[in-house]
Amino acid sequence: MAKQIYTKYKMAKYLRKEALPTALCPGCGGGTVLNAFANAIDQLKIDPRDLVVVSGIGCSAWIASPYFLADTLHTTHGRAIAFATGVKVGLPDKKVVVISGDGDLAGIGGNHLIHAARRNIDITVILVNNFIYGMTGGQVAPTTPFGAITTTTPYRNIEHPLNISETVASAGASYVARWTTFHVYQLIESIKKALSVKGFSLVEVVSQCPVQFGRRNKMKTPAEMLRWFSKNSVPLSKAKNMSPEELEGKIIIGEFVNREKPEFAEELNKLIDEVAQHYALGGEDAD
Amino acid sequence: MIIRGDEPEQIGLLRKLYPEGNYFMQGDEAIAYGALFAGCRFYAGYPITPASEIAETMARELPKLKGYYIQMEDEIGSLAAVVGASWTGLKSMTATSGPGFSLMQENLGYAIMTETPLVLVDVQRSGPSTGQATKGAQGDFFQARWGTHGDHPIIAISPTSVEDSFWETIRAFNLSEKFRIPVILLADGIIGHTREQIRIPDPEEVELVYRKLPANEEEAKYPFGDVHGDLIPPMPLFGNGYFTHVTGSTHKENGLRDVYTPEVHDRLVRRLHKKIEVHEKEIQKWEEYYTDDAEILLVSWGVSARPSLGAVIEARKRGIKAGLIVPKTVHPFPGKRIKELSKNAHVILVPEMNLGQMILEVQRFVRDEVPLIGVNKIGGVPLTVEEILKEIESSAERSRHRSAD
Repeated sequence: MAKQIYTKYKMAKYLRKEALPTALCPGCGGGTVLNAFANAIDQLKIDPRDLVVVSGIGCSAWIASPYFLADTLHTTHGRAIAFATGVKVGLPDKKVVVISGDGDLAGIGGNHLIHAARRNIDITVILVNNFIYGMTGGQVAPTTPFGAITTTTPYRNIEHPLNISETVASAGASYVARWTTFHVYQLIESIKKALSVKGFSLVEVVSQCPVQFGRRNKMKTPAEMLRWFSKNSVPLSKAKNMSPEELEGKIIIGEFVNREKPEFAEELNKLIDEVAQHYALGGEDAD
Repeated sequence: MIIRGDEPEQIGLLRKLYPEGNYFMQGDEAIAYGALFAGCRFYAGYPITPASEIAETMARELPKLKGYYIQMEDEIGSLAAVVGASWTGLKSMTATSGPGFSLMQENLGYAIMTETPLVLVDVQRSGPSTGQATKGAQGDFFQARWGTHGDHPIIAISPTSVEDSFWETIRAFNLSEKFRIPVILLADGIIGHTREQIRIPDPEEVELVYRKLPANEEEAKYPFGDVHGDLIPPMPLFGNGYFTHVTGSTHKENGLRDVYTPEVHDRLVRRLHKKIEVHEKEIQKWEEYYTDDAEILLVSWGVSARPSLGAVIEARKRGIKAGLIVPKTVHPFPGKRIKELSKNAHVILVPEMNLGQMILEVQRFVRDEVPLIGVNKIGGVPLTVEEILKEIESSAERSRHRSAD
């Protein structure tokens, strides 16, 4: 049955068939993210041979690593971006993409996220934000909404969630956008832009986890969660004219930044060329 | 990027930048130059005393050789970047000291599990915790062996001088490339900061080893398969269109995760161990001094091996049959040789700058009847010839009494 579905699926050529079916729960937004990513790669006509996908630990880390048919690196918890930094420096001509979750990239890996954005290294990060640690059983995450119920906040969450997109935009990324799994076409366009921008790019995808998050917060089904995304999303342009009170509990969607600035791997290679040329020509003796 | 075929250009550059001859430098600098001569072209690190001079030297010298230096946000990220770079084919390294080494342990385990060649330098300093940041010590003997979790093999090397640091760093890279395993260079703050004369060789004197690459598409399908029967899989590098999947989770020969089948885990982890065990002779290295007829045997490593040798020479002048063995590869430990030597020994002394670490490895291999005595000093000041000699003399005295009984 599963095999039949895969042969009909247009993007199946991008998937590692021996790893299928996926381990994701029914109704998980991970499939939407994988689909959007595959479509973006297809529309940009990127050869998967020119792609390295790196991920950390957790449900979202599995989305492309192992399921996407490219060189894939499934790393330690929180460190995907740091691993990807080494890969990008070694292979500056390849597209290096990190796909992982909010707990992985913004919780334990928050420091690497901020510094990669500051460094502006040409890596595309697709951060899947489902407000929860799903794989370990639904514990509170740095993105869990204030007041939400999780297995480690059984009475209610008294911490404030991290605004990932705003943080990464402030840290100096070249491109930052946020969408939800309800906004599939906008999401594909943003992934395409992120892959095309030279510099650090982040696409935050607010994604449903009916099993670990929704179930405990009055949204048992995937459809209920998607309806919540649809009703609560506010475009960035509209949000600018809204007060913090009005924005409480809303999901701001859209492009946060899209700017050009010197990129790390390119600057590093420029520096090396200058220094290497200077010493190869005997600059040292001339000093 | 330094790859096969780049050697003539690289040899020319090395020869021009660091002409053969005598230099006066620190151990840390010698480690950096050793790495450059070994073909290291990627360094990611985070500053820490007493290892920072390695980063500073690499930052200055790597670009001249078209190599990459990155200062990462922390030690965890440093080793992560090194692993990432190694999968693109670059010979890669990081350097740190005690607290940083502790932070690197998880990714060290990842590198072992994914069979990623790299060199991790630990310029040991006093601990626990922040300890004495600027002082040398030898307290990471077991952190190097068992710091990361799980059953795993490791190779760790410890140099005894500045010049030795240069050559042992090259050997660390070669072993790492040959066996697809991270190699730890256990230097220490005293050697790291001591200045000595060293001879920089002509680059052609340096024998270089490169990791085995898959010969064809078929071999590349098994990045963790023993396709040649030597237990060392060829490494399909990223960017070559092989669609390689690498994970730190238990994986099958094709790289795909399988954490449920006991046989898959057993087969993988046993092979990791076995590839080091069966090649132990190639990996182990030690030096011996006056061991032929040694009745008092000293086993010492790293910085402590030097006053130990001084003490042995002094003891010989006084008619005491003392001898010394210095493990250069500390893991896997050359226990078999120490076992042989212990047969003639009346007593074994183990001088080291800790409260007794390597002595536990020695203990595993020697007869119970041979008294085993640690000569230990902590506080950041190295052992002196006199301190060790005193122990040799009192041991000689005791053993004379025993034979008179």
